[in-house]
Amino acid sequence: MLRFPAVAGRSHSGPDVCRHVVPLLALMTLFLPPTVHGEQDDPSPIEALRAELAALKAEYAQRLAALEARLQALEATNTATGDGTVPPPTTSVTGPAGTLPVYGASTLSSKVFNPDVAVVGDFLGFASDSSGDSGEPAFEMHEVELSLQAVVDPFARADFFLAFSPEEGVEIEEGFISFPALPGGFAFKAGKMRAAFGKVNVTHNHYLPWADRPLVTRSLVGGGEGISDGGVSLSRLIPNPLFFLEATAEAYRGETADFVSTRIEDLTYVGRLRAYGDLSDSTNLDLGGSIAYGHNDAGFKTRLIGADATFRYRPLRRAIYRRFLARTELVWSQREEAEAVRDAFGWYAMAEYQLARRWFAGLRYGRSQHSRSPGPADEEASVLLTFRPSEFSQIRGQWRRTELGDGQQVNEGLLQFLFSIGAHGAHPF
Amino acid sequence: MLLRRLTFPALLGLLLCAPPARAALNVVTTTEDLATLVREVGGDQVKVTALAKGYQDPHHAEAKPSFILKLYRADLLVLVGRGLEIGWLPPLLQQSRNARIQPGRDGYLDASLGVRILELPVGQVSRAMGDVHPQGNPHYWLDPANGRRMAKSIEQRLTRLSPGQAKHFAARYADFDRRLAAAEARWDAAMAPYRGTRVVTYHRSWPNFCERFGLDVVGFVEPRPGIPPSPRHTLTLIQEIKRQQIPLILVEPYFDLKTPKAVARETGAKVLVMPPSVGGEKEIKTYIQLFDHNLDLLLAALGAPERVGR
Repeated sequence: MLRFPAVAGRSHSGPDVCRHVVPLLALMTLFLPPTVHGEQDDPSPIEALRAELAALKAEYAQRLAALEARLQALEATNTATGDGTVPPPTTSVTGPAGTLPVYGASTLSSKVFNPDVAVVGDFLGFASDSSGDSGEPAFEMHEVELSLQAVVDPFARADFFLAFSPEEGVEIEEGFISFPALPGGFAFKAGKMRAAFGKVNVTHNHYLPWADRPLVTRSLVGGGEGISDGGVSLSRLIPNPLFFLEATAEAYRGETADFVSTRIEDLTYVGRLRAYGDLSDSTNLDLGGSIAYGHNDAGFKTRLIGADATFRYRPLRRAIYRRFLARTELVWSQREEAEAVRDAFGWYAMAEYQLARRWFAGLRYGRSQHSRSPGPADEEASVLLTFRPSEFSQIRGQWRRTELGDGQQVNEGLLQFLFSIGAHGAHPF
Repeated sequence: MLLRRLTFPALLGLLLCAPPARAALNVVTTTEDLATLVREVGGDQVKVTALAKGYQDPHHAEAKPSFILKLYRADLLVLVGRGLEIGWLPPLLQQSRNARIQPGRDGYLDASLGVRILELPVGQVSRAMGDVHPQGNPHYWLDPANGRRMAKSIEQRLTRLSPGQAKHFAARYADFDRRLAAAEARWDAAMAPYRGTRVVTYHRSWPNFCERFGLDVVGFVEPRPGIPPSPRHTLTLIQEIKRQQIPLILVEPYFDLKTPKAVARETGAKVLVMPPSVGGEKEIKTYIQLFDHNLDLLLAALGAPERVGR
């Protein structure tokens, strides 16, 4: 309350200053070059000057009012914090003094606890030589992914990925809490997650090296969406002097294309063992084995066994210009039905080569049977070219030739625009 | 039936339950520059591993699982910060399963706190400016005064983690401080005649270095940070180098030399490959050697008869 008179007093200083400005400007006009005086008999310049003066007066009054408002706001915050200093923005989150120990932390005090937000757009153009029954639109905003990620408390973090697409509407692609540092080298996650089955299943669309998902995962591992379900996940590093070894065990409710649970106790289990070793500074080998086991929509069991191998080459001195990645994934599926046990097998192999800092070329070949009706395998081959103007956008062309088991052949062209805004995500590995 | 259903999870559980390994005071740093500073202060009381190599672009290191293993065993993680490692460190930290080195804990040290940061953006930052660092230029270790400050914060943190060794760390820091001061005197003396030399650099890696040694950065080979050279920008750069008669183009060892060499051919400027990090060349093994090496390169390129004395 005590501040009011002071502020009110200052509000009078507005016209005061203007009163000083008027004679000052009048004085200045006296010192203007003689040409101005010579034209004094013409009244219009004086009128113009008067108008200018009036405009100036109004402008100053406005500016002063704005400044006063700011001053008032500042004084209000100063009384709130007591000592009049601006509090360091993120100390409360991070402990040590200073501003920036946490990646992604905002520096505006009102946003300190806001999660990292990013939006990824995935736009697809599609062309096909088949007679228009593929169901794919010519242009489509295939998916928009909104990610919200932050630390929950000293023990946990939360990651949400909401996917918006014309087919599925709004969907929780993933949303889980993770306790990344439990005693004994364990990590625990609970929520809706992409199951740790192989490489492609855990990867979000925009991190895939293709515009689509490979035939084998579409036919055998949970359809177009993959195995993404509500459940819990426990993983542990198995320390050894030779290589990185990680074991993961997961249990899911059973609500995906290939695993459907009708009774509460019929869970789907997923297990994975991953080994990784650096062969040299520039090359490494990444091997994995996965199993998934649960009930299917026929009321019997489905088992999936997967194996994957990845070889990477990236010379460190030229890391931003050159890299090569080769990967294969193999999946065996065994689906029990009332009158039969259906075995199916599928695989793909791919290679990606970085030609220049922003250009990548890729190849993919795959074959797969269907889990429900094993017959002759479908076959597909793709050629890709990707251009990345920056880390945050890419344009990709993919030519895909599919030969279905019944002999039907389709050639398709995909054009993908991927673009992201918001928090700087990690580079995929 | 129940037994059969439990065998699979039980087997996996068994697999998951091998005992974890433990080491003494194990320090992991993101770059070799930090590693050498930790070694200067910690001596034989610490075991130091650097993740990124000195000859690679520290913005574009990868989140390799072998790094997870190193972080898993770490008692202290020292990082450059200011967004330098943003593309690869966060996933490693999340997967490290190591509570000691999480942000906010004593085992997490952002070396950029307390140093002098340049190019802090004023006003709104947008990616239209390229890959800008909203928290200032992260190549701050290239000013020896910052190196001293980093060593100090490392000394304080090591002392907090291992109070019994406080005297050891203090003595080693004092020794490093003395040697660095002596080296700085040599460097300043040798560079004194060349203060004000105008240079072009490939990336914005050198503001602290150039400020310290009096070089004047007048342009960049990259049109914007993180964006590769474009023909139009290169033409403008060539004209500018000719107009101002700039003698040197500094290039980090991990960038392509094609454009800098083309510019050099057109203008007569010299291309100088200068490593911004310890380990950038085999013979650069310590923080002081990094400056010895780079200043020698600079002096030779500028036609100076003398070198920084050792």
